[in-house]
Amino acid sequence: MSVLPEFENHDEQTVKMTTCYMCACRCGIKVTMEGEEIRFIQGNPDHPVNKGVLCAKGNAGIMKQKSPAKLTQPLVRKAGTERGDGEFEPISWDKALGLLTERLRKIRSTDPKRLAFFTGRDQMQALTGFWASQFGTINWAAHGGFCSVNMAAGGLYMTGQSFWEFGDPDWDHAKYFMLWGVAEDHASNPIKIGLEKLKRRGAKFVAINPVRTGYQAIADEWVGIRPGTDGLLALSFAHVLLKNEQFDWDFLSRYTNATQLIIDAPGTSQHGLLLRDEEGELQVWNQTDDSVASWTSSSHDNDVHAALFGEYTTAEGVRVKTVMTQLAEKYLSEDYAPEKVAATVGIDSETIERLALEMAHVAFQETITIDTPWTDWTGRRHEKFIGRPVAMHAMRGISAHSNGFQTCRAIHLLQVLLGAVDCPGSHLAKPPFPKHIAPPIKPARAMAPDTPLSSPPLGFPMGPEDLVVDANGEPLRIDKAYSWEAPIANHGMMHMVINNAVKGDPYPIDTLILFMANMSWNSSMNTAEVQDMLREKDEYGDYKLPFIVTSDAFHSEMVNFSDLVLPDTTYLERFDTISMLDRPISEPHAACDSIRQPIIEPDRDVRPWQEVLIDIGSRLEFPALTNPDGTAKYKDYKTFITQWEKSPGIGFLAGWRGENGEKSMVGEPNPDQWQAYQDNGCFFEHHLPPEQRYYRFANKDYLEWSKSVGFNGHSGPIVMELYSEVLQKFRLAGQGLYDGPQPVHEEDKARLVQYFDPLPDWYVPLEEQRVDNDQYPFHAVNQRPMFMYHSWDSQNAWLRQIMAQNYLYMNRQRGLSLGIEDLAWVWVESHHGKIRCQVKLMEGCNPDTLWTWNAIGKQSGAWGLSDDAPESQKGFLMNHLISELLPARDGERGLTNSDPVTGQAAWYDLKVNIYPAAPGETGSYPTFDSVKRLPDMVTAPEVLRYHTHEPVVLERSLQDALNRGHLSSGDKR
Amino acid sequence: MKLGLVIDLDTCVGCHACAVACKQWNTSGTTGPLSDYEPYGKEPSGVWFNRIRHFEVDEYPNNKTINTPMSCMHCEDAACVTVCPTGASYKREEDGIVLVDQSKCMGCNLCSWACPYGARELDEEEGVMKKCTLCVDRIHDQSLPEAERQPACVMTCPSHARHFGDFDDPDSRVSTLVRERGGYSMMPELGYEPTNKYLPPRQRPAAPTVERKAASSGESLIGKWMKRQKDAFNNLGKGAR
Repeated sequence: MSVLPEFENHDEQTVKMTTCYMCACRCGIKVTMEGEEIRFIQGNPDHPVNKGVLCAKGNAGIMKQKSPAKLTQPLVRKAGTERGDGEFEPISWDKALGLLTERLRKIRSTDPKRLAFFTGRDQMQALTGFWASQFGTINWAAHGGFCSVNMAAGGLYMTGQSFWEFGDPDWDHAKYFMLWGVAEDHASNPIKIGLEKLKRRGAKFVAINPVRTGYQAIADEWVGIRPGTDGLLALSFAHVLLKNEQFDWDFLSRYTNATQLIIDAPGTSQHGLLLRDEEGELQVWNQTDDSVASWTSSSHDNDVHAALFGEYTTAEGVRVKTVMTQLAEKYLSEDYAPEKVAATVGIDSETIERLALEMAHVAFQETITIDTPWTDWTGRRHEKFIGRPVAMHAMRGISAHSNGFQTCRAIHLLQVLLGAVDCPGSHLAKPPFPKHIAPPIKPARAMAPDTPLSSPPLGFPMGPEDLVVDANGEPLRIDKAYSWEAPIANHGMMHMVINNAVKGDPYPIDTLILFMANMSWNSSMNTAEVQDMLREKDEYGDYKLPFIVTSDAFHSEMVNFSDLVLPDTTYLERFDTISMLDRPISEPHAACDSIRQPIIEPDRDVRPWQEVLIDIGSRLEFPALTNPDGTAKYKDYKTFITQWEKSPGIGFLAGWRGENGEKSMVGEPNPDQWQAYQDNGCFFEHHLPPEQRYYRFANKDYLEWSKSVGFNGHSGPIVMELYSEVLQKFRLAGQGLYDGPQPVHEEDKARLVQYFDPLPDWYVPLEEQRVDNDQYPFHAVNQRPMFMYHSWDSQNAWLRQIMAQNYLYMNRQRGLSLGIEDLAWVWVESHHGKIRCQVKLMEGCNPDTLWTWNAIGKQSGAWGLSDDAPESQKGFLMNHLISELLPARDGERGLTNSDPVTGQAAWYDLKVNIYPAAPGETGSYPTFDSVKRLPDMVTAPEVLRYHTHEPVVLERSLQDALNRGHLSSGDKR
Repeated sequence: MKLGLVIDLDTCVGCHACAVACKQWNTSGTTGPLSDYEPYGKEPSGVWFNRIRHFEVDEYPNNKTINTPMSCMHCEDAACVTVCPTGASYKREEDGIVLVDQSKCMGCNLCSWACPYGARELDEEEGVMKKCTLCVDRIHDQSLPEAERQPACVMTCPSHARHFGDFDDPDSRVSTLVRERGGYSMMPELGYEPTNKYLPPRQRPAAPTVERKAASSGESLIGKWMKRQKDAFNNLGKGAR
C-alpha cells in the first residue's frame, strides 16, 4: 500500500458525546470538533437507542447549527406596529425577563389561569409541567393533543403500556410484525434497526397503510387500506380469531379482566359496571361453588376457578355476564365478518381472513420459549417465558383520526387475544411502563392566586367526577380538555387554545407562552384563519389574545406573530435532561435516561429555555424554587436538576445518585451527577435481570422493583382492561344514568352514548359522518418524509436539497380517470377551504386517498429562506383545508374536530374533492405576504462551502500515471 | 484488494441517512468542500456523492417500491478513467478505489458523460470533478478506532443495508453476502464491471395459516366454550388444568 498523507490532525480535534435533537428519537451522538466548528456528527455505538447508527436528520446537524434562521437576541414587537407585521426591535435579556416577570406576577397573584403555557416539540414536559404547577395554572400541556394522545391513552387504559416511548416490538424474537399506518415519526432509528433484524431472521412484515412509501416499501405484504377504517379491520381480525377459536384462554383468564363480571341491569346506574364486593374487590364467577369470588382469589392456586364464559345470577339476584362473553358476542357478530367489512376497509375478505389466520399460526403454532424461571405476582413459579411472537406497532396513522382511541384499543385487543403482550416476540413495555390502569394521577382543577396546583395539570380521569369542569359542567381549561367534549384529553388540546382564547370561550386569557410550537403555521388546523385570530382586536382596539411570548431557536412563522421573543439555544449549545420522570429513552430490558451537554459556545445573545424557566420561576418565588428567606434556592438549571427531588431519593436523573454517585435509580442528590453522565457517554442504563424481562404486568420481581424505584405506587398486578369500566361510566353519564356528574348539553350526551363503548369499537370518522361524501369523495392525509420527520427545520441546507417542494400524490389510474395528468396543478376542496397544488401520480396509493408530505410548505421569508424559495411558492399546507371545528349542525355549539374521547386532533379525517386547475393556473394557493427579516439576522450565503480544514489532497503519483495511463480491460493488474 | 460496497435493497427504506452522512464527512474530507448552491434560495442544489432514487415496480395493487442508493461503483474497467484526458481520474492499484486527483482535474466533464451511473459531480465553484472516495480518508486512517475505519455511509445506515469490504477476499462479509443473497451488478451489460453489488429484495415464502374451521354461529361457539370450560373444571383433580 502506498503511503497515504495524514488527512486530518486528530490531535487538534476534540470529541464529545451528547444527545441528538434533530427529531424526537433522542439518539446518542458523538461529535468531533475542530476548534469551534463541527467536523463530524456520528451515532454513539454504545448508546441504547441508536447503537451507533444515525439518520439523515442527525447527520445534518451541522446545517442546523449553521442556519441563518437562528435567532440572535431577545426581541419585542415594535411599539405602534401590528402583530404579525414582523417589526421587532432588540431588547436586553434583563428588560425582557423583567417585563415578562412583572406581567406574570400580576396574573399569578390575581387569576393564574390567565396564563396559558403550551409547548410543542419539547422533550422536557416534566420540567414545564412542574413550572406550570408551581405557577398555579391548569392551562398547560405539551403538543400531545395534536400528536399522539390516542395511542398513549388507548394503551394506558387497556394494557398499561403503549407504542413508542411506552414500548417496542421485540425485534429480536418476533416472527410476524404488523405495522399499522404512518409510523416514520416514532421512532426513527430504532424501527429501522428493528426492521432489518426482522427481515434477516425471515419474519414476515405486513404493512397496513393507504400509501406505500417509507417503511412500507420493504414490507413483505402491503395492505392499502382506506383511511380511518383500521379499527374495523382490527375487529374483523378479532372476529376471524374468535370464529376459528384462536385465542389464548389462559392468558385472558390470568392477566386480563376477561373473567370479571359485567352487571346486566339496563336502565339503572349499575348497568355495565363491573361487579364488586363490599370491599370494592372485583368479582368473578367461581365454578367450584357456583357463586361469586374475588378476581384476586381466582388468580391464586386454590379452589376458586373463575369462569371465562357464562351468564349468571348472583345470590343477591344480580344478573351478570363475564367480560369475555360480552366480548365474544360482540365480535362474533356478522357485522365484523370479513365479507361484511371488505368494501368499507377496501381490502378483500380473503386477505382479511388469511392475515388473521397467519397471525394465529405464528402465535399458537410457532410459539417460542425463553428458558428463564420467573415468579408471577401470586408467587407461582414458571420454568420459562412463553412467547407468542406476533408484534405490532402503530402511531400517527391510527392516532390522528377521531376514532383513533378506539382503534388503538382494537389493535391492543388483537394483541391480547393472541396472548402477545410483553412476552417474548411480542410488543414489549419499556420502563417505567407498564403502569397500573390508569396511573393514579388526577388532573388538577382547583386554582388559587400565588399558590401551586395540588396535582399536575394533566392526569388520568377514572370517571366523570374527575373532569375539569365547573359546577355547571362547563370547561375550566382554556383548551376544554377534560370537559364533556373530550373527557380523557390526557395530553391537553393545544390545537384549540388560540381559537378558544380569541373567542373568550370559556374565558379570555392574558398571556400565551409557546415553546417550540409553530401555531401560526403547520401545527395549527385552519392556518390562514388562525393568523387572522392572532390579529383580532376587541372594541377597544386591544388584541383579544393580549400577549404572546415565544421561545424558539429559529425564525419560525410563530415568532413572527409574537409580542416577545426569547431566543433559545440549539441542541448543541445547552445542558438538557431526558428524564425518567418524563417519557425516557428506555429500552424494553433497560431503564435509561440521558442528558445533553454543550458542545459549542453560543455566538449569540441566546439562553437555553430550561435556564430561563428556572430564572423566571425564581423571580416569581415559586415555593419549590425559593428558600424561606426569599432567595433563589437553585442558582441555575444544572443545580436544580441535581438537587430537586420529586420524592425522597427520586429526581430528574436516575443515574449516579447518592452522595458519591454510587446509587442507581434512587438515592440522595449527587452534586457531581452531571459530570458522571458526561463521563459515561451522556446516558444511564439500568439493565433488568433476565427474570424481570417479560410478563412484567404480572412479574413479581419486576413489580416489586418498579415500586421500589417509584414507577408504580404498589406492586400488585397490572390487569389488562379489555372492558373499560371508565368508558362505561361516561356512557352511563351520557344516558343520564350515572350516579355522579352528568352532562347538560344534548350533543355531549349523544357523543358519550355513541363513542364510549367499553369494548373496543369502530365508528365512521366524525368529519366523514357530517360531509356529503359524494361531494368530497377522497380522503386526504399527510406524513413527513423520513429525512424531516419531527425535525424542527425545513430550512436545513442539506435536507432541503432532498425536498423543497411537496406534491399532492394520488393513485395513477384514479388520477387519469379524472383527467389529472402527472405534474398537473389541481384544486383541492374541503367543506372548509380550498388549496391549489401540484400532483404526482403513483401506483402505491389507495385509490380513494390523496396525500402529501407535510410541513414542507413555509410562509415566504420565514426560516431564513429567500422569499422565492420553493417551500413558499410551490409547497403547500393541507392545514388550510382542515377546520378546528366539525362541520356545523343546527342547534349545536361548535364542536372540536377531535376524537370525542381524548380530544386528539383529527388531522386525518379530512375529506376532499379534487379537479384540474384551469390552464395557466399554477403556483400554490393560498399565498401569504413575506415575513420580514429580523434585525441583525445574518445574510444567507449564495454558495455554501462548509469545511473545517483545508483538504489534504490525495495526489496520483506521476509514476502511476506514466506506468498505467488510463485503465482499461486490456491493462489491468 | 478490491474494496467496495454491498447495498441491500431488501432493507433499504430510502431514508437518505447514507447520503447525508456522506455529505457531512466529505465536505471536510480529502476532496472537500462539497459546494452547495443557493442553499437557502430558489433552486437549492449541491455536490453529493451518493443519491437515493425511489422507484415503483409493477402497477397498483401489485406495485412495489424500491429505494436505490447510487454512488460510484468503483468499476474494474472504469469508463471515467479511460476517457480522462489529464490522468486525473485513476483507479488505485492497491485497493481498486476510483479517485480524481483534484490537482490534475481540469473539469472538462468527459468522465461524467462517460459514467453510466451518474456518479460524478462537478463542483462548479472549484471547476473540478468530485466523486465518492469510498471514504479513503477514513478506511485507511489507522488513528481511527478499527470499527470506524469504514465509509461514513456504511457506519450510519440505520437499516444496515450497506456493507463495506474486500471482494478479493472470498471470506469477507461482502463476498459472503453476494454469494448467499444473489448479489448482482447494476447494468453489467455495459461491461464496466462495477465492484459495488446490490442484494435483491428477499422473496419470502407464503406464511402458513392455521386451518380454517367450518363456519358455526357465534351462539353455538360460546355454548361450545361453556361446555369446554365445564369439562375442564370437572377434569380438575384428574391431573388436567
